[in-house]
Amino acid sequence: MIEVSGLTKIYGQRTAIDHLDFTVNKGEIVGFLGPNGAGKSTTMKILTGFMPASFGTAKVAGYDVFDEAIEVKRNVGYLPENPPVYFDMVVEDYLKFAAKLHDISKAKLKPAVDTALEKTGLTHVRNRIIGNLSKGYRQRVGLAQALVHDPQVLILDEPTVGLDPVQIIEIRQLIKSLGGAHTVILSSHILPEVTATCERIIVINKGKIVAQDNIERLTTRMNQGLTFQMKVKSVSNNGIQAIQAISGVKSVNLHDGALAIEINPSQDDIRDRIVEAAVMEKMGVLEFGADKLSLEEVFLSLTTQETTEGVQS
Amino acid sequence: MKFNLKKSWTIASKDYRTYFTSPIAYIVIAGFLLIMGWMFFFNVSHFNLQAMQYKQFGGKSGSITDGVIRPLYGNMNVIFLFLVPFITMRLFAEERKMQTIQLLMTSPITLGEMIVGKFLSAAMLVGTMLALTVFYPVILFVYGNPDLGPIVSSYLGTFLLTCCYVSSGVFFSSMTENQIVAGALTFAAGLFFWLINWAAQSAGPVFSDVLDYLSLIQHYNNFSQGIIDTTDIVFYLSFIGLGLFFTHRVLDSYRWRS
Repeated sequence: MIEVSGLTKIYGQRTAIDHLDFTVNKGEIVGFLGPNGAGKSTTMKILTGFMPASFGTAKVAGYDVFDEAIEVKRNVGYLPENPPVYFDMVVEDYLKFAAKLHDISKAKLKPAVDTALEKTGLTHVRNRIIGNLSKGYRQRVGLAQALVHDPQVLILDEPTVGLDPVQIIEIRQLIKSLGGAHTVILSSHILPEVTATCERIIVINKGKIVAQDNIERLTTRMNQGLTFQMKVKSVSNNGIQAIQAISGVKSVNLHDGALAIEINPSQDDIRDRIVEAAVMEKMGVLEFGADKLSLEEVFLSLTTQETTEGVQS
Repeated sequence: MKFNLKKSWTIASKDYRTYFTSPIAYIVIAGFLLIMGWMFFFNVSHFNLQAMQYKQFGGKSGSITDGVIRPLYGNMNVIFLFLVPFITMRLFAEERKMQTIQLLMTSPITLGEMIVGKFLSAAMLVGTMLALTVFYPVILFVYGNPDLGPIVSSYLGTFLLTCCYVSSGVFFSSMTENQIVAGALTFAAGLFFWLINWAAQSAGPVFSDVLDYLSLIQHYNNFSQGIIDTTDIVFYLSFIGLGLFFTHRVLDSYRWRS
Protein backbone atom coordinates (compact mmCIF):
# COMPACT_ATOMS: atom_id res chain seq x y z
CA MET A 1 0.00 0.00 0.00
CA ILE A 2 2.90 2.30 0.74
CA GLU A 3 6.23 1.85 -0.97
CA VAL A 4 9.09 4.14 -0.15
CA SER A 5 12.51 3.89 -1.68
CA GLY A 6 15.53 6.11 -1.34
CA LEU A 7 13.41 8.92 0.05
CA THR A 8 15.54 11.95 0.93
CA LYS A 9 14.64 15.46 1.98
CA ILE A 10 17.21 18.20 2.28
CA TYR A 11 16.49 21.62 3.75
CA GLY A 12 19.36 23.85 2.74
CA GLN A 13 22.29 22.32 4.58
CA ARG A 14 20.31 19.99 6.77
CA THR A 15 19.30 16.52 5.71
CA ALA A 16 15.99 15.82 7.37
CA ILE A 17 15.59 12.30 6.06
CA ASP A 18 18.24 10.25 4.39
CA HIS A 19 17.45 7.43 1.95
CA LEU A 20 14.49 5.87 3.66
CA ASP A 21 13.28 2.51 2.35
CA PHE A 22 10.25 0.77 3.70
CA THR A 23 6.94 -0.72 2.70
CA VAL A 24 3.65 -0.93 4.48
CA ASN A 25 1.15 -3.60 3.52
CA LYS A 26 -2.56 -3.20 3.19
CA GLY A 27 -4.40 -3.17 6.48
CA GLU A 28 -1.27 -2.91 8.57
CA ILE A 29 -0.82 -0.50 11.46
CA VAL A 30 2.75 0.70 11.49
CA GLY A 31 4.33 2.89 14.11
CA PHE A 32 6.92 5.46 13.27
CA LEU A 33 9.07 5.78 16.32
CA GLY A 34 11.85 8.21 16.92
CA PRO A 35 12.98 11.09 19.09
CA ASN A 36 11.88 14.63 18.30
CA GLY A 37 13.43 15.91 15.11
CA ALA A 38 14.17 12.46 13.75
CA GLY A 39 12.31 13.13 10.50
CA LYS A 40 8.97 11.51 11.26
CA SER A 41 6.85 14.51 10.37
CA THR A 42 8.89 15.21 7.26
CA THR A 43 8.36 11.67 6.00
CA MET A 44 4.67 11.91 6.68
CA LYS A 45 4.34 15.25 4.92
CA ILE A 46 5.96 13.74 1.86
CA LEU A 47 3.68 10.70 1.94
CA THR A 48 0.60 12.92 2.01
CA GLY A 49 1.73 14.77 -1.10
CA PHE A 50 1.96 17.98 0.92
CA MET A 51 5.67 18.39 0.38
CA PRO A 52 7.87 17.11 -2.44
CA ALA A 53 10.93 15.03 -1.61
CA SER A 54 14.42 15.99 -2.72
CA PHE A 55 15.25 12.52 -4.01
CA GLY A 56 13.70 9.11 -4.06
CA THR A 57 10.20 7.91 -4.73
CA ALA A 58 7.18 7.11 -2.66
CA LYS A 59 4.01 5.40 -3.78
CA VAL A 60 0.83 5.49 -1.79
CA ALA A 61 -2.13 3.34 -2.82
CA GLY A 62 -0.36 2.75 -6.11
CA TYR A 63 0.07 6.43 -6.97
CA ASP A 64 3.29 8.38 -7.03
CA VAL A 65 3.18 11.13 -4.41
CA PHE A 66 4.79 13.64 -6.74
CA ASP A 67 3.36 12.88 -10.16
CA GLU A 68 -0.11 11.84 -9.05
CA ALA A 69 -0.44 13.98 -5.95
CA ILE A 70 -4.16 14.60 -6.39
CA GLU A 71 -4.92 10.86 -6.52
CA VAL A 72 -2.72 10.28 -3.47
CA LYS A 73 -4.50 13.03 -1.58
CA ARG A 74 -7.85 11.53 -2.44
CA ASN A 75 -6.81 8.22 -0.85
CA VAL A 76 -5.03 9.54 2.21
CA GLY A 77 -6.40 10.90 5.45
CA TYR A 78 -3.88 13.04 7.27
CA LEU A 79 -3.81 14.30 10.81
CA PRO A 80 -0.90 16.72 11.19
CA GLU A 81 0.85 17.40 14.48
CA ASN A 82 -1.47 20.33 15.12
CA PRO A 83 -5.00 19.42 14.10
CA PRO A 84 -5.85 21.67 11.14
CA VAL A 85 -9.15 22.90 12.51
CA TYR A 86 -10.78 26.29 12.06
CA PHE A 87 -11.50 27.62 15.51
CA ASP A 88 -14.43 29.70 14.35
CA MET A 89 -16.29 26.83 12.72
CA VAL A 90 -18.88 24.45 14.08
CA VAL A 91 -17.69 20.82 14.27
CA GLU A 92 -20.26 19.52 11.82
CA ASP A 93 -19.70 22.31 9.28
CA TYR A 94 -15.97 21.75 9.48
CA LEU A 95 -16.32 18.05 8.72
CA LYS A 96 -18.68 18.81 5.86
CA PHE A 97 -16.10 21.21 4.48
CA ALA A 98 -13.35 18.60 4.79
CA ALA A 99 -15.56 16.00 3.11
CA LYS A 100 -16.40 18.32 0.23
CA LEU A 101 -12.73 19.05 -0.27
CA HIS A 102 -12.24 15.31 -0.63
CA ASP A 103 -14.85 14.94 -3.37
CA ILE A 104 -17.59 13.44 -1.26
CA SER A 105 -20.79 13.87 -3.24
CA LYS A 106 -23.67 15.82 -1.78
CA ALA A 107 -25.78 12.71 -1.26
CA LYS A 108 -23.07 10.96 0.76
CA LEU A 109 -22.07 14.05 2.73
CA LYS A 110 -24.32 13.59 5.72
CA PRO A 111 -23.73 9.86 6.25
CA ALA A 112 -19.97 10.39 5.89
CA VAL A 113 -19.97 13.15 8.50
CA ASP A 114 -22.23 11.15 10.82
CA THR A 115 -19.98 8.11 10.62
CA ALA A 116 -16.85 10.15 11.32
CA LEU A 117 -18.54 11.85 14.28
CA GLU A 118 -19.65 8.50 15.65
CA LYS A 119 -16.28 6.82 15.23
CA THR A 120 -14.49 9.60 17.07
CA GLY A 121 -17.16 10.01 19.75
CA LEU A 122 -18.02 13.55 18.78
CA THR A 123 -21.72 13.20 18.10
CA HIS A 124 -22.68 15.12 21.24
CA VAL A 125 -20.50 18.12 20.36
CA ARG A 126 -21.40 18.31 16.67
CA ASN A 127 -23.01 21.73 17.04
CA ARG A 128 -20.26 23.28 19.14
CA ILE A 129 -17.73 25.79 17.88
CA ILE A 130 -14.33 24.13 17.61
CA GLY A 131 -12.50 26.98 19.35
CA ASN A 132 -14.58 26.36 22.48
CA LEU A 133 -13.65 22.68 22.69
CA SER A 134 -10.84 21.28 24.82
CA LYS A 135 -7.55 20.26 23.27
CA GLY A 136 -8.52 16.59 23.37
CA TYR A 137 -11.73 17.21 21.51
CA ARG A 138 -9.97 19.34 18.92
CA GLN A 139 -7.60 16.45 18.37
CA ARG A 140 -10.57 14.18 17.83
CA VAL A 141 -12.08 16.64 15.38
CA GLY A 142 -8.78 16.52 13.52
CA LEU A 143 -8.96 12.75 13.49
CA ALA A 144 -12.55 12.83 12.30
CA GLN A 145 -11.41 15.09 9.47
CA ALA A 146 -8.84 12.49 8.44
CA LEU A 147 -11.49 9.76 8.49
CA VAL A 148 -14.40 11.55 6.91
CA HIS A 149 -13.71 10.50 3.33
CA ASP A 150 -13.01 6.89 4.37
CA PRO A 151 -9.46 6.86 2.94
CA GLN A 152 -7.46 3.73 2.24
CA VAL A 153 -4.46 5.12 4.05
CA LEU A 154 -4.39 7.07 7.29
CA ILE A 155 -1.34 9.06 8.25
CA LEU A 156 -1.47 10.26 11.84
CA ASP A 157 1.24 12.48 13.22
CA GLU A 158 1.36 12.07 17.00
CA PRO A 159 -2.36 11.39 17.28
CA THR A 160 -2.60 11.25 21.07
CA VAL A 161 -0.48 14.24 21.97
CA GLY A 162 -2.17 16.46 24.53
CA LEU A 163 -4.93 14.05 25.44
CA ASP A 164 -5.83 12.86 28.90
CA PRO A 165 -5.26 9.19 29.78
CA VAL A 166 -8.86 8.16 29.19
CA GLN A 167 -8.91 9.85 25.82
CA ILE A 168 -5.57 8.29 24.92
CA ILE A 169 -6.98 4.82 25.50
CA GLU A 170 -10.06 5.67 23.47
CA ILE A 171 -8.05 7.00 20.56
CA ARG A 172 -5.74 3.99 20.65
CA GLN A 173 -8.69 1.65 20.53
CA LEU A 174 -10.11 3.66 17.68
CA ILE A 175 -6.86 3.44 15.74
CA LYS A 176 -6.63 -0.29 16.40
CA SER A 177 -10.15 -0.75 15.10
CA LEU A 178 -9.17 1.06 11.92
CA GLY A 179 -6.54 -1.52 11.05
CA GLY A 180 -7.59 -4.06 8.46
CA ALA A 181 -9.96 -1.76 6.62
CA HIS A 182 -7.43 1.06 6.53
CA THR A 183 -3.70 1.10 6.34
CA VAL A 184 -2.42 3.23 9.18
CA ILE A 185 0.90 4.91 9.79
CA LEU A 186 1.23 6.75 13.05
CA SER A 187 4.19 8.50 14.52
CA SER A 188 5.17 8.91 18.10
CA HIS A 189 8.12 9.55 20.32
CA ILE A 190 6.43 7.67 23.11
CA LEU A 191 7.14 3.98 23.10
CA PRO A 192 4.12 2.55 24.93
CA GLU A 193 1.96 4.42 22.47
CA VAL A 194 3.40 2.46 19.61
CA THR A 195 3.46 -0.87 21.40
CA ALA A 196 -0.19 -0.45 22.34
CA THR A 197 -1.46 0.19 18.85
CA CYS A 198 0.96 -1.01 16.21
CA GLU A 199 1.82 -4.40 14.80
CA ARG A 200 5.12 -3.26 13.42
CA ILE A 201 7.42 -0.41 14.21
CA ILE A 202 9.92 1.52 12.19
CA VAL A 203 12.48 3.18 14.38
CA ILE A 204 13.93 6.28 12.84
CA ASN A 205 16.73 8.44 14.13
CA LYS A 206 18.53 11.39 12.59
CA GLY A 207 16.72 10.80 9.31
CA LYS A 208 17.67 7.16 9.00
CA ILE A 209 15.84 3.94 9.68
CA VAL A 210 17.67 2.16 12.47
CA ALA A 211 15.30 -0.77 12.85
CA GLN A 212 12.06 -2.09 11.48
CA ASP A 213 10.39 -5.22 12.69
CA ASN A 214 7.47 -6.40 14.71
CA ILE A 215 7.63 -5.55 18.33
CA GLU A 216 8.40 -8.86 20.04
CA ARG A 217 11.13 -9.78 17.63
CA LEU A 218 12.71 -6.40 17.94
CA THR A 219 12.81 -6.72 21.68
CA THR A 220 14.37 -10.15 21.78
CA ARG A 221 16.77 -9.30 19.02
CA MET A 222 18.09 -6.27 20.76
CA ASN A 223 18.13 -7.58 24.27
CA GLN A 224 20.84 -10.08 24.94
CA GLY A 225 18.25 -11.71 27.10
CA LEU A 226 14.91 -10.84 28.51
CA THR A 227 14.80 -9.54 32.00
CA PHE A 228 12.08 -10.41 34.49
CA GLN A 229 11.33 -8.68 37.73
CA MET A 230 10.29 -10.70 40.74
CA LYS A 231 9.13 -9.09 43.95
CA VAL A 232 9.42 -11.33 46.98
CA LYS A 233 8.62 -11.07 50.67
CA SER A 234 11.89 -12.48 51.97
CA VAL A 235 15.04 -12.91 50.03
CA SER A 236 17.11 -15.96 50.76
CA ASN A 237 20.41 -17.00 49.30
CA ASN A 238 19.09 -20.50 48.81
CA GLY A 239 16.31 -19.17 46.72
CA ILE A 240 18.63 -17.11 44.54
CA GLN A 241 20.85 -20.09 44.03
CA ALA A 242 17.88 -22.27 43.16
CA ILE A 243 16.80 -19.83 40.49
CA GLN A 244 20.29 -19.46 39.18
CA ALA A 245 20.52 -23.25 38.87
CA ILE A 246 17.74 -23.32 36.29
CA SER A 247 19.19 -23.74 32.83
CA GLY A 248 18.65 -20.66 30.73
CA VAL A 249 18.91 -18.18 33.58
CA LYS A 250 21.84 -15.92 32.92
CA SER A 251 22.00 -13.91 36.08
CA VAL A 252 20.03 -13.01 39.16
CA ASN A 253 20.57 -9.65 40.76
CA LEU A 254 18.97 -8.16 43.80
CA HIS A 255 18.07 -4.54 44.00
CA ASP A 256 15.39 -2.67 45.94
CA GLY A 257 14.05 -5.88 47.37
CA ALA A 258 13.28 -7.25 43.93
CA LEU A 259 15.09 -9.85 41.90
CA ALA A 260 16.10 -8.96 38.38
CA ILE A 261 16.32 -12.26 36.53
CA GLU A 262 17.99 -12.19 33.18
CA ILE A 263 17.44 -15.15 30.89
CA ASN A 264 19.08 -16.16 27.66
CA PRO A 265 17.16 -15.39 24.52
CA SER A 266 15.53 -18.01 22.30
CA GLN A 267 15.10 -20.44 25.16
CA ASP A 268 12.08 -22.47 26.03
CA ASP A 269 9.71 -20.64 28.29
CA ILE A 270 11.18 -21.13 31.73
CA ARG A 271 9.08 -18.59 33.60
CA ASP A 272 7.03 -21.25 35.35
CA ARG A 273 10.15 -22.98 36.57
CA ILE A 274 11.53 -19.73 37.98
CA VAL A 275 8.37 -19.11 39.97
CA GLU A 276 8.24 -22.73 41.05
CA ALA A 277 11.78 -22.51 42.41
CA ALA A 278 10.96 -19.34 44.32
CA VAL A 279 7.86 -20.87 45.83
CA MET A 280 9.70 -24.03 46.84
CA GLU A 281 12.25 -21.93 48.68
CA LYS A 282 9.41 -20.11 50.46
CA MET A 283 10.48 -16.66 49.30
CA GLY A 284 6.85 -15.47 49.15
CA VAL A 285 6.37 -14.34 45.56
CA LEU A 286 4.40 -11.07 45.38
CA GLU A 287 4.89 -10.08 41.78
CA PHE A 288 6.44 -11.55 38.69
CA GLY A 289 6.59 -10.04 35.25
CA ALA A 290 8.65 -8.94 32.32
CA ASP A 291 10.74 -5.90 32.90
CA LYS A 292 8.61 -3.07 31.55
CA LEU A 293 11.64 -1.00 30.74
CA SER A 294 13.16 -3.46 28.35
CA LEU A 295 11.54 -2.12 25.19
CA GLU A 296 12.21 1.40 26.33
CA GLU A 297 15.83 0.39 26.58
CA VAL A 298 15.72 -1.06 23.10
CA PHE A 299 14.47 2.22 21.82
CA LEU A 300 17.10 4.15 23.70
CA SER A 301 19.91 1.95 22.54
CA LEU A 302 18.68 2.13 18.97
CA THR A 303 18.52 5.85 18.92
CA THR A 304 21.63 6.60 20.91
CA GLN A 305 24.07 3.97 19.76
CA GLU A 306 25.54 3.81 16.31
CA THR A 307 26.00 0.03 16.33
CA THR A 308 22.87 -1.20 14.67
CA GLU A 309 24.24 -3.88 12.42
CA GLY A 310 22.07 -6.91 12.15
CA VAL A 311 19.04 -5.07 13.37
CA GLN A 312 17.74 -3.91 10.05
CA SER A 313 15.67 -6.52 8.33
CA MET B 1 -4.28 20.62 -15.67
CA LYS B 2 -7.97 20.36 -15.02
CA PHE B 3 -9.58 23.20 -13.14
CA ASN B 4 -12.61 22.35 -11.09
CA LEU B 5 -14.59 25.45 -10.18
CA LYS B 6 -16.70 23.42 -7.78
CA LYS B 7 -13.68 22.97 -5.52
CA SER B 8 -13.02 26.69 -5.60
CA TRP B 9 -16.63 27.22 -4.68
CA THR B 10 -16.27 24.92 -1.65
CA ILE B 11 -13.51 27.17 -0.34
CA ALA B 12 -15.15 30.41 -1.41
CA SER B 13 -18.45 29.64 0.27
CA LYS B 14 -16.73 28.53 3.46
CA ASP B 15 -14.57 31.64 3.67
CA TYR B 16 -17.46 33.89 2.72
CA ARG B 17 -19.45 32.42 5.58
CA THR B 18 -16.49 32.89 7.91
CA TYR B 19 -16.66 36.63 7.26
CA PHE B 20 -20.14 36.59 8.72
CA THR B 21 -19.49 34.22 11.63
CA SER B 22 -16.72 36.56 12.74
CA PRO B 23 -17.22 40.30 13.34
CA ILE B 24 -15.18 41.19 10.24
CA ALA B 25 -18.02 41.46 7.73
CA TYR B 26 -20.29 43.40 10.07
CA ILE B 27 -17.63 45.93 11.03
CA VAL B 28 -16.38 46.44 7.50
CA ILE B 29 -19.87 46.72 6.04
CA ALA B 30 -21.10 49.02 8.82
CA GLY B 31 -18.11 51.33 8.43
CA PHE B 32 -18.49 51.29 4.68
CA LEU B 33 -22.20 52.12 4.71
CA LEU B 34 -21.75 54.81 7.36
CA ILE B 35 -19.15 56.67 5.32
CA MET B 36 -20.96 56.09 2.04
CA GLY B 37 -24.23 57.30 3.54
CA TRP B 38 -22.63 60.44 4.83
CA MET B 39 -21.00 61.09 1.46
CA PHE B 40 -24.23 60.46 -0.39
CA PHE B 41 -26.05 62.88 1.86
CA PHE B 42 -23.34 65.48 1.41
CA ASN B 43 -23.20 65.06 -2.38
CA VAL B 44 -26.95 65.26 -2.78
CA SER B 45 -27.44 68.27 -0.52
CA HIS B 46 -24.52 70.06 -2.12
CA PHE B 47 -25.94 69.32 -5.56
CA ASN B 48 -29.35 70.56 -4.40
CA LEU B 49 -27.94 73.81 -3.15
CA GLN B 50 -26.04 74.35 -6.37
CA ALA B 51 -29.09 73.56 -8.47
CA MET B 52 -31.18 76.04 -6.52
CA GLN B 53 -28.56 78.75 -6.86
CA TYR B 54 -28.31 78.15 -10.61
CA LYS B 55 -32.08 78.35 -10.89
CA GLN B 56 -32.20 81.66 -9.01
CA PHE B 57 -29.82 83.21 -11.48
CA GLY B 58 -31.52 81.55 -14.44
CA GLY B 59 -28.54 79.37 -15.35
CA LYS B 60 -28.44 75.68 -16.21
CA SER B 61 -27.50 73.34 -13.41
CA GLY B 62 -24.97 70.55 -13.92
CA SER B 63 -26.18 67.03 -14.47
CA ILE B 64 -26.88 64.72 -11.59
CA THR B 65 -24.27 62.37 -13.04
CA ASP B 66 -21.53 64.95 -12.63
CA GLY B 67 -22.83 66.35 -9.37
CA VAL B 68 -23.70 63.21 -7.43
CA ILE B 69 -22.96 59.95 -9.15
CA ARG B 70 -19.40 60.48 -10.28
CA PRO B 71 -18.09 61.82 -6.95
CA LEU B 72 -20.06 59.18 -5.06
CA TYR B 73 -18.50 56.21 -6.84
CA GLY B 74 -15.11 57.91 -7.01
CA ASN B 75 -15.17 58.19 -3.22
CA MET B 76 -16.33 54.61 -2.95
CA ASN B 77 -13.14 53.53 -4.68
CA VAL B 78 -11.06 55.34 -2.08
CA ILE B 79 -12.95 53.70 0.75
CA PHE B 80 -12.40 50.29 -0.78
CA LEU B 81 -8.69 51.04 -0.96
CA PHE B 82 -8.77 51.37 2.82
CA LEU B 83 -11.15 48.50 3.54
CA VAL B 84 -9.94 45.74 1.23
CA PRO B 85 -6.76 45.06 3.27
CA PHE B 86 -8.98 44.23 6.24
CA ILE B 87 -10.98 41.86 4.10
CA THR B 88 -8.09 40.00 2.50
CA MET B 89 -5.39 40.00 5.17
CA ARG B 90 -6.58 36.87 6.91
CA LEU B 91 -7.22 34.73 3.84
CA PHE B 92 -3.93 32.87 3.70
CA ALA B 93 -2.02 34.42 6.62
CA GLU B 94 -4.44 32.91 9.11
CA GLU B 95 -4.30 29.53 7.38
CA ARG B 96 -0.54 29.60 7.58
CA LYS B 97 -0.47 30.66 11.20
CA MET B 98 -3.03 28.10 12.38
CA GLN B 99 -1.54 25.52 9.99
CA THR B 100 -4.98 24.80 8.63
CA ILE B 101 -3.37 25.28 5.24
CA GLN B 102 -2.16 21.70 5.70
CA LEU B 103 -5.74 20.53 5.38
CA LEU B 104 -6.12 22.39 2.09
CA MET B 105 -2.77 21.25 0.78
CA THR B 106 -3.36 17.60 1.59
CA SER B 107 -6.82 17.63 0.03
CA PRO B 108 -7.34 16.68 -3.61
CA ILE B 109 -7.52 20.28 -4.73
CA THR B 110 -4.99 22.16 -6.83
CA LEU B 111 -3.29 25.35 -5.70
CA GLY B 112 -5.08 27.20 -8.49
CA GLU B 113 -8.50 26.06 -7.33
CA MET B 114 -7.58 27.01 -3.78
CA ILE B 115 -6.39 30.51 -4.72
CA VAL B 116 -9.37 31.24 -6.93
CA GLY B 117 -11.62 30.11 -4.07
CA LYS B 118 -9.95 32.52 -1.66
CA PHE B 119 -10.15 35.33 -4.19
CA LEU B 120 -13.83 34.63 -4.84
CA SER B 121 -14.72 34.72 -1.16
CA ALA B 122 -13.35 38.25 -0.81
CA ALA B 123 -14.74 39.35 -4.18
CA MET B 124 -18.13 38.09 -3.09
CA LEU B 125 -17.96 40.19 0.06
CA VAL B 126 -17.07 43.21 -2.08
CA GLY B 127 -20.03 42.36 -4.32
CA THR B 128 -22.27 42.20 -1.26
CA MET B 129 -21.08 45.62 -0.15
CA LEU B 130 -21.73 47.05 -3.60
CA ALA B 131 -25.18 45.49 -3.68
CA LEU B 132 -25.99 47.23 -0.40
CA THR B 133 -25.32 50.63 -2.00
CA VAL B 134 -27.87 50.14 -4.76
CA PHE B 135 -30.43 52.09 -2.80
CA TYR B 136 -28.49 55.34 -3.39
CA PRO B 137 -29.19 55.35 -7.15
CA VAL B 138 -32.70 54.08 -6.40
CA ILE B 139 -33.29 57.19 -4.30
CA LEU B 140 -31.94 59.31 -7.14
CA PHE B 141 -34.32 57.64 -9.56
CA VAL B 142 -37.25 58.29 -7.25
CA TYR B 143 -36.54 62.02 -6.96
CA GLY B 144 -34.87 62.72 -10.27
CA ASN B 145 -33.97 61.17 -13.57
CA PRO B 146 -30.26 60.34 -13.65
CA ASP B 147 -28.56 58.49 -16.51
CA LEU B 148 -28.56 54.74 -15.97
CA GLY B 149 -25.45 54.18 -18.12
CA PRO B 150 -22.84 55.83 -15.90
CA ILE B 151 -24.31 54.14 -12.84
CA VAL B 152 -23.98 50.69 -14.35
CA SER B 153 -20.51 51.35 -15.70
CA SER B 154 -19.43 52.87 -12.35
CA TYR B 155 -20.52 49.72 -10.57
CA LEU B 156 -18.66 47.54 -13.04
CA GLY B 157 -15.54 49.72 -12.85
CA THR B 158 -15.61 49.91 -9.07
CA PHE B 159 -16.02 46.16 -8.80
CA LEU B 160 -13.15 45.43 -11.17
CA LEU B 161 -10.88 48.02 -9.54
CA THR B 162 -11.65 46.66 -6.08
CA CYS B 163 -11.00 43.13 -7.29
CA CYS B 164 -7.50 44.32 -8.21
CA TYR B 165 -6.97 45.30 -4.56
CA VAL B 166 -8.39 41.93 -3.55
CA SER B 167 -6.01 40.11 -5.86
CA SER B 168 -2.98 41.90 -4.43
CA GLY B 169 -4.42 41.33 -0.96
CA VAL B 170 -4.58 37.58 -1.61
CA PHE B 171 -0.99 37.72 -2.80
CA PHE B 172 0.36 39.55 0.26
CA SER B 173 -1.66 37.34 2.57
CA SER B 174 -0.02 34.26 1.06
CA MET B 175 3.44 35.64 1.80
CA THR B 176 3.26 35.89 5.56
CA GLU B 177 1.79 34.42 8.71
CA ASN B 178 1.22 37.91 10.04
CA GLN B 179 -2.11 39.47 9.16
CA ILE B 180 -0.98 43.00 9.98
CA VAL B 181 1.95 42.71 7.61
CA ALA B 182 -0.31 41.34 4.90
CA GLY B 183 -2.82 44.15 5.39
CA ALA B 184 -0.23 46.92 5.47
CA LEU B 185 1.46 45.69 2.30
CA THR B 186 -1.88 45.40 0.53
CA PHE B 187 -2.75 48.97 1.39
CA ALA B 188 0.68 50.27 0.38
CA ALA B 189 0.59 48.41 -2.93
CA GLY B 190 -2.95 49.57 -3.69
CA LEU B 191 -2.05 53.19 -2.99
CA PHE B 192 1.13 52.90 -5.01
CA PHE B 193 -0.66 51.61 -8.09
CA TRP B 194 -3.22 54.32 -7.62
CA LEU B 195 -0.64 57.12 -7.53
CA ILE B 196 1.86 55.65 -9.94
CA ASN B 197 0.89 58.05 -12.72
CA TRP B 198 1.74 61.13 -10.62
CA ALA B 199 5.20 60.80 -12.01
CA ALA B 200 3.81 60.65 -15.55
CA GLN B 201 3.84 64.44 -16.00
CA SER B 202 7.56 64.70 -15.46
CA ALA B 203 8.50 61.43 -17.16
CA GLY B 204 9.50 61.12 -20.81
CA PRO B 205 6.84 60.62 -23.49
CA VAL B 206 7.03 56.82 -23.64
CA PHE B 207 7.55 56.26 -19.95
CA SER B 208 4.68 58.55 -19.01
CA ASP B 209 2.34 56.48 -21.18
CA VAL B 210 3.52 53.37 -19.41
CA LEU B 211 2.95 54.92 -16.00
CA ASP B 212 -0.47 56.13 -17.02
CA TYR B 213 -1.33 52.69 -18.29
CA LEU B 214 -0.21 51.06 -15.04
CA SER B 215 -2.27 53.36 -12.87
CA LEU B 216 -5.32 51.62 -11.46
CA ILE B 217 -7.36 54.80 -11.20
CA GLN B 218 -6.57 55.95 -14.72
CA HIS B 219 -8.50 53.00 -16.07
CA TYR B 220 -11.46 53.87 -13.90
CA ASN B 221 -11.98 57.28 -15.52
CA ASN B 222 -13.75 55.82 -18.54
CA PHE B 223 -16.08 53.78 -16.38
CA SER B 224 -17.06 56.87 -14.40
CA GLN B 225 -18.09 58.57 -17.63
CA GLY B 226 -20.27 55.69 -18.72
CA ILE B 227 -17.73 54.26 -21.16
CA ILE B 228 -16.98 50.57 -20.96
CA ASP B 229 -13.75 50.07 -22.87
CA THR B 230 -12.33 46.59 -23.32
CA THR B 231 -8.82 48.04 -22.82
CA ASP B 232 -9.72 48.89 -19.25
CA ILE B 233 -11.41 45.58 -18.62
CA VAL B 234 -8.42 43.72 -20.02
CA PHE B 235 -6.09 45.75 -17.82
CA TYR B 236 -8.04 45.02 -14.66
CA LEU B 237 -8.40 41.33 -15.50
CA SER B 238 -4.67 41.06 -16.23
CA PHE B 239 -3.86 42.77 -12.94
CA ILE B 240 -6.10 40.33 -11.08
CA GLY B 241 -4.68 37.35 -12.97
CA LEU B 242 -1.10 38.42 -12.31
CA GLY B 243 -1.77 38.80 -8.58
CA LEU B 244 -3.24 35.32 -8.41
CA PHE B 245 -0.40 33.89 -10.47
CA PHE B 246 2.19 35.33 -8.07
CA THR B 247 0.19 33.88 -5.19
CA HIS B 248 0.47 30.49 -6.87
CA ARG B 249 4.26 30.85 -7.07
CA VAL B 250 4.50 31.86 -3.41
CA LEU B 251 2.40 28.95 -2.17
CA ASP B 252 4.18 26.47 -4.40
CA SER B 253 7.50 27.46 -2.89
CA TYR B 254 5.95 27.39 0.59
CA ARG B 255 5.24 23.69 0.02
CA TRP B 256 8.89 22.98 -0.70
CA ARG B 257 10.16 24.75 2.35
CA SER B 258 7.71 23.97 5.10
